[in-house]
Parts: sequence; C-alpha cells; structure tokens
Amino acid sequence: MTEYLPSLLGGMLIGLSASILLLLNGRIAGISGIVGRLAQGYHVATNALFVAGLMLGPLVYGLVAGRPPASTITASWPLLIGAGLLVGVGTRMGSGCTSGHGVLGLARLSPRSGVAVATFLAAGIATVSLMRAIAS
Amino acid sequence: MSHRLPRMATALLAGLIFGLGLSLSGMLDPVRVQGFLDVFGAWDPSLAFVLGGAVIVAFLGVAVSRRLPKPAFDREFHIRGTRMIDRRLVVGSAIFGIGWGIAGLCPGPAISALALGKPEAILFVVVMVAGMVAHDRWTGQGR
Repeated sequence: MTEYLPSLLGGMLIGLSASILLLLNGRIAGISGIVGRLAQGYHVATNALFVAGLMLGPLVYGLVAGRPPASTITASWPLLIGAGLLVGVGTRMGSGCTSGHGVLGLARLSPRSGVAVATFLAAGIATVSLMRAIAS
Repeated sequence: MSHRLPRMATALLAGLIFGLGLSLSGMLDPVRVQGFLDVFGAWDPSLAFVLGGAVIVAFLGVAVSRRLPKPAFDREFHIRGTRMIDRRLVVGSAIFGIGWGIAGLCPGPAISALALGKPEAILFVVVMVAGMVAHDRWTGQGR
C-alpha cells in the first residue's frame, strides 16, 4: 500500500488546490476551462498566474526531492499532434477534463460530470487497449 | 473594495499546489497514466488513489463553500448550474478520452510538464491550445 502513498498525498494536494481556488476566488479549478479562457483572453491575469503556478510546481518539487518528476512520453510526434488536437477539442466540447469533471464534478456529486468521467475513462481504456493490441 | 491582488495571489498559490500535487502523484508521467488505463494489461492502479485523494479533499471544500454566502475574494461563486447531459458532453468527453489514451496526457499534467522542457510536451500543448481555440471560435463558445 505504501507504494501508493505519494499518489494519495499528491491527489490530496490537488484537492486542496481546488478547495483554495473555490473558497477564496469562487472558481472551479478546471484546467481546460482555465487554459481555454486564457487563450480567449478572459481574466488573463488570474488565469495566467494559475498556469504559471502549475508550471512552478514540478520545479519546486525537483528542488525539494532532489530530482525532477518522471515524465516518459512514448507517443511519436504525429500521434502527439493528433492526441493534442483531440484533447483540445474534446475538453472544450465536453466542457471539462480530469480536473473540472473528474475532481470537482465528482466532489459536487454532479450527474453530468459523472457521465463525462465514465465516458472519458471508457474511451481512454478502449484506446490504450487497442494500441496495446496493435503494438503486440 | 477590490480584491484583485488577493485573487491573483490565490490563483498563483492554487496553481503551485496543483502542480506540486501532479508531480508528487506521478500524474506527470504519461506511462503511469497509460498504465492506469491499461486495465486489460499490466494495470497500475495508482491513478485511482490520486483521483480518490483529490475528490475527498475537494468534497470537503465544496461542503464548506455551500455554507458560505460568497467566496473570500469575489462577489459570487462562479459555478455554472447546467445539469444537462447532452450529446456534446458525451461526444466531447469521448474525443478527449481517445486523445488522453493515445498520449497519456490531459490538460493539467501537459501544461505542468512544460516546465520539464520536453519538446514532446511543448508540441502537445501547442496543438491542444490550438484545438481549444479552434473549437471555441467555430462554435462561438466563449467563457
């Protein structure tokens, strides 16, 4: 079980961040919403600062832990371009991603977010299974 | 009284804690994320602990927020009240899930991973943001 402790604690930090943003600023910590609004020029200062903090996180973690967090990207460049496009369009069409629907939607017991989470989990599982089948 | 500066400081702090959480939890590693989605293969359940821990703490935050008339630094809670489960929600979430599975990256970890300076992450984020803007322009969705 102890191998999952960093995941649990990291998850709790994400929940803490979402609670802080909600209780102090009254905003949902949905990353696709924040980035989408920033790209469209809405509430630029606060959204840009949240994004800046998001990027500072791994750097501060690296200083404390003595090594940067692992990040192994295996997809080829054409696949990354396709995946990026799907994630960008899909999160805006579905009005949320793993943070907005996944964390806050479930915390708010929103049926709409429950459907979104079940859908993107099922699609992700099907995609990875299919890719594994093709690769082997 | 304007709460602009406290609001900006809160946004930076919340982003930093979120980024720390992603780093500690292993969410920045697409291989781990794909391992979680690989339920029919070598399944790595760690992401369930990330989501579980995040939802439990956020649930407490939401419970407190429901007892407050307004947030500390704003006039109201900015929460859209729509409960509609429509085709856009399902199709959009499915499209996102396919992209998430292919790359092992969702928006938060992708942006956070930019700090690690990997060209793959930069490419992914540039295309992702282009997709977001293209969708919003096309549909006239602006928020």
